[in-house]
Amino acid sequence: MNTADQYLKTIYVVQDSEDGPASTGSIADALGVSPASANEMIGKLEERGLAEHEKYKGVTLTDDGIVRARDALQTYCIIERFLANVLAVEDFQAEARELEAVIDDTVAERLDTIIDRQPECPDCFDPESDACACLEIAATPVEPEQQ
Amino acid sequence: MVAVSVSQRVASDDQLARLLQIGIVLEEVVEARAHRHYRQLDAELDAEVETLLADAAEESADHRERLEALIDGLGVDSVPFDEIESLVDARYGRTRPEDFDDVLYDQLCNEETAYKFYDDLIEAIEGSDAAFSVDREALLATLTTIRDEEAEGVREVTEVMERR
Repeated sequence: MNTADQYLKTIYVVQDSEDGPASTGSIADALGVSPASANEMIGKLEERGLAEHEKYKGVTLTDDGIVRARDALQTYCIIERFLANVLAVEDFQAEARELEAVIDDTVAERLDTIIDRQPECPDCFDPESDACACLEIAATPVEPEQQ
Repeated sequence: MVAVSVSQRVASDDQLARLLQIGIVLEEVVEARAHRHYRQLDAELDAEVETLLADAAEESADHRERLEALIDGLGVDSVPFDEIESLVDARYGRTRPEDFDDVLYDQLCNEETAYKFYDDLIEAIEGSDAAFSVDREALLATLTTIRDEEAEGVREVTEVMERR
């Protein structure tokens, strides 16, 4: 997933939680970048017809942007689910964030063939936990006596 | 695809180990699926496809061993093959490939994905100035050999598909 896809995914999630245009500040915060960097990438997304930026209001994804954002979110869910369920990584969110830039969509698609992703993906993504809301159920059960 | 400059770099031993583990899983998926397809098509064997699948399974097992040697040097465990095999079986337990073309197409996707994975990984390592616990030259040499074998695999499957 490239940087543009990471931005699209973030804008999509922020737009959803703010129920309207995503403010540049929220986007920058969510990605851990400076507002200047966020503005620069938003400009590039605008040039490519993937987002629209209205001054003082924020960023709204175009239809093409939404399609790309949902694909990116799905790839992210695949990486998270793969790390959590196949490799049993405890802090799978942090690792997924690290790895998403290095894992290509075609590789994610192949990993998807061995994980049990839900049909509603990526709508099941929960920004609060930065993870798929269905993931807990699918995760390897923890044996209480070992805790 | 949007062309942007990205810093896709491998920054640490842990990240490298995780990516190598993913490589192992990709190889295991190829191996398990090739075995599975081979078994399912057993009734009407086609010598060319049979050889292709057997070679693919053997090559994946070899790649897996080489990746395991690398992650061993990083002090990380491999991913047990039987675990991946059972995941592949669970997912494909109820489906069968329609015909040889399905099997070949699947094999082509496997080889192309593996090639893309190693190519990106090599680029990400080359773009990083991190010091790894394993010898960088040996690491890149191993990954380059594996990547080139995947490219050869893509060529072989394509040739078989074109002849049919």
